[in-house]
Formats: sequence, C-alpha cells, structure tokens
Amino acid sequence: MEIKDIENLAKLSRIELSDDEKKELLGEMDSILGFVEQIQKVETGENVSEAGDLVNVMRSDEDTHESGVFTDDILAEVPKVENGFVKVKKIL
Amino acid sequence: MKIDLENLTIKKAHEAMKNGGFSARELAQAYLNNIDKDLNAFIVVFDDVLEQADEADKRFKDGTAELLTGIPIAVKNNILIKGKKTTAGSKILENYKATYDATVIKRLKEKGVVFIGGTNLDEFAMGSSTENSAFGVTKNPHDKTRVPGGSSGGSAVAVASNYALVALGSETGGSIRQPASFCGVVGLKSTYGAVSRYGAAALGSSLDQISPLGKNIEDVEIVFDCIKGEDKMDSTSIPDKIYKEAEKDVNENKKIIGIPRHFLKEGIDKEVLENFENSVNKFKELGYKIKEIELPNIEYSLAIYYILMPSEASTNLARYDGMRFGFLKEGENLLGDYMKTKGEGFGKEVRRRIILGTYVLSAGYYDAYYNKAQVLRKMIRKEILKAFENVDAIITPTTPTPAFKIGERTKDPVQMYLADIFTVPANITNIPAISIPSGFVNMDGKELPLGLQIMTPHMQEKLLFKISREVLS
Repeated sequence: MEIKDIENLAKLSRIELSDDEKKELLGEMDSILGFVEQIQKVETGENVSEAGDLVNVMRSDEDTHESGVFTDDILAEVPKVENGFVKVKKIL
Repeated sequence: MKIDLENLTIKKAHEAMKNGGFSARELAQAYLNNIDKDLNAFIVVFDDVLEQADEADKRFKDGTAELLTGIPIAVKNNILIKGKKTTAGSKILENYKATYDATVIKRLKEKGVVFIGGTNLDEFAMGSSTENSAFGVTKNPHDKTRVPGGSSGGSAVAVASNYALVALGSETGGSIRQPASFCGVVGLKSTYGAVSRYGAAALGSSLDQISPLGKNIEDVEIVFDCIKGEDKMDSTSIPDKIYKEAEKDVNENKKIIGIPRHFLKEGIDKEVLENFENSVNKFKELGYKIKEIELPNIEYSLAIYYILMPSEASTNLARYDGMRFGFLKEGENLLGDYMKTKGEGFGKEVRRRIILGTYVLSAGYYDAYYNKAQVLRKMIRKEILKAFENVDAIITPTTPTPAFKIGERTKDPVQMYLADIFTVPANITNIPAISIPSGFVNMDGKELPLGLQIMTPHMQEKLLFKISREVLS
C-alpha cells in the first residue's frame, strides 16, 4: 500500500486526513493487513451460499403513527434546519 | 442508614424495598454517593435518577412493583434512552439526545428500573481498553494505572465499584466479557439474535449483541430474561417459539466440558494458565468430565474478525454525515461538509477501521479478504457445532493476560486486538458465552482479577447459567 492508496480510501470513506495521519495509517494498515493475511494459508474452497428458506424480514406499514408526533424531537437533533426542513448544501 | 451495596443482589434489594428495609430513592442515592469521578466510569450521570426512584417507590406502595422495579442500572452510552445524551463515546455524537428508546430500554422501563447514567466506552465500541473514548479513559478500580478493558469498560467498572447494581453492555468481539474479566465481574454475551439491537449504535451488524453485566449469575440472568426475546424492530431477533424449542433440549445432567488446548499455547501469561488449571480442577471436583477437543481453524478467528467487523463498521458508520443528527463541521461544499465532519468527528481508531473496511471491501480485494473470511467463518462455526456433539460446554480463559497498563498498547493496534483472541470465536460463531471471576493474580503489588470463559451451543444460556452457578458456588 502507498500514500496514494490511503488518500483514495480516505476519499471513498469521506474522511479528511492530515498528511501526518496518512503516513501513520500507512504503517498501521501494513501491520493490520500483515496480521489478517494469515487467513490466506487456509484451503477453504468456494464460497457456497447456505441461505435457508428465504423469508421477507421487512416490516409491513400497518402500525403507522400519527403524522408529526416525532417531528419536533427529530428536528431538534438536526444541525441545520430551515422551516421544518433539514438544510444541506447544494447537491448539483 | 447504610446499605451494604457490596453484597446486594437484585432479589435482596427487591425484598428490602418491599418490606421497607430501604426505599428505591435511598438505594439510588446510595449508589450516586458512591460514584468516584476519578475512575471516569460514566460519560453522563442522569439528572433525574431520584425522580425515577420516586416512581419506583410509588409502584411499591400501590402494589404494582416487580422484581426489577427500583433496581439501579448503568447503561453503556451507545444504547438509546429517549431524551438522554447518547454519545457512543464519540465527538460526532457529543451533544446528541436520543429521540427514542432502544427495545432493551423500553423493556426495562416497563419494569420500573432506575437508570443511573450512560457509561464510558471505546468510541462506537471499537476497542479493548476504553482508551479510545472521546471522553477520556476509564480506570480499573483494582489498579488505577491499568485499563478496565473494553469496549464496555465503564459498565464493568460501574458494577465492580458499586455505582449501579447491574449494567448493560454491548458485544461485537468480547466487549462485555473482556472488561468483566479485567474488573472481576460476571459478563454475558448472549446468542446472536437473543436480544434486540434496535436502538443500539451499530458496529458490526452480523456480530453485535446487547447483554448484561452483574456481580453474580442470578442478577445477570434476571436482566437477560427481561431484555431478551423477539422484536419486530430487529429482523435478526430470534422468534420466541424457536428459542423455547431449543431450550427444551437443555438437560440438567450435562456434565462434559471441552478444552481446545491447542488454542491455549501461544501468547498467554503463565499466571493465567495456572489460574485456568485451577478452574479445570474445580470442574473435576464437581463431577464434570473433561475432554480435550480440536477446533482446527479457531486460531484464525481474530484475523477473520478484523476483516468482517471493519467491513461492517465502514458501512454502518456512513450514516454519521453531519446532516440529520450529531456533529457538523462545515466545508466549502457538500463533499467538504462530509470530509470535515467525519475527519474531525471520528476519533483515530474509528477512522482506522473505516479505512480498513473500505479497503477490504474494494474491488480486487473483496474476494481475498471479505469472501475468504466469510467462508472461514462458516467453517469455524461447523467445527464448533461438531465439537458440541461430544461436549456440553467449552471453556478457555477469558483473556490471555490480566488488565494491562493504560497507554501500554495504544501505539500498536494488533497488540490491542490480541486482547480479544479468546472471546472473538463466540461472536463469529454466534454462540452464547460468559465470563465469570476465577480468582486473582498479583502484579506489582496489586491483586488483579482474572476470568473464566464458558461457551455453550446456540440458545443455551440456561445451561451456561447453570454451569456458571455450580463453578462459582
């Protein structure tokens, strides 16, 4: 792994890193990957999916709550709010 | 009046509150008075503890009190209690107040427990020492220069030091059992799916479980019985009818203990092994048969864990984006908001694991790491299930060493990860496991607790409790 790999990964994970931390992480990644590398020694064969009977685990919408009962609590935790909306920067 | 907190149990406290020995308010006050801020067990001590206790006292007066009514509980600060500060040990949630109750909290509230406060933890439960908390390290009550273990370090200290009668923690790879062992208390990791995780900050969703810590088996069992059970808000919770069916198999006469001795050779302190042999002898005296077992791939458990858990964590923690809740640090544009919020809001270990998880999930590495780890995880699960055909429980020491010094392992992540070597197998195979106190070792003139780990097949917590009770008797 090289510094530019760390930079790419940081960008993919949306995390800003200082130059010092990139260097530090590079060393740590090598050490951690060196440790987990041991699994390559084991012969495992193919990954065979063993899912049993598939069931839908999604909840149905039958227990709906009265509209607005949670709004104030939730909006109180939002960093930026305007007229009851969550405010974010321009997307496009 | 003085309440003997050291020897108190849930049943004793209940009897005393019922018979007027003391009130719930007096009990809560006794625990509050006992809190030593220097140990830093709590991120927040709630300001309505006595009001909660008054509500419990009302239930004792009107006859609606139950066994857990008025019982003071400390809660790991990654489990949501509505209206209370829930930080997960992170700056990114420093000022976050939970907007709903976790299922476990809802169930405990119905019984009228008294929540003392939110306990300190490694940020997002990532760590084995509570040193990764944005709110400072928690100290081990047996030696303040040592760590309490982690990530549920605050919960273990709260129980060990009598800041609460029992506590809730969460486990992903040993985060209850390891601190329980370091602090000399009982810590359970229930079967994956036994307890709903709805309302707990997610770390590794194929591994996470909420479970109790306490001073004895009975208290842990009482809390577990209250919080367990199917929950429509957590699709991984096991249906009650399946659990009941599995519990039918629990035979009171199960007396064969397996030991994977080949797994106990490297990196273990001599004193820990000696202590373990004492436990083995105790089992023999109690009439248990000891059998040596082989779990050929168990030594890879920790490596597998450090691939799967960061993968799941990197996905789960994507939600902390500075938009909907928590900390926001603004940048020049939307991307800048994300980069700065996560860069400053997450601590070092969290950033490290997100980067690691992103790497092992990326194209080109996915098969070599993530997929390979998944296949091996299944193999180990099969090996453990096969071992359980010949033995009723498996034992190991909980940790390879007693509590280590604060700062000793922070510079070397892999050394830190090795503290979980014996606890991780139960998480990746989803079986229940418990750590119970097994004695002390003298280090630098201080008596440090050690723990014995017992594991049983899926959904057999009852057997786990029964064996634990016998060994502790």
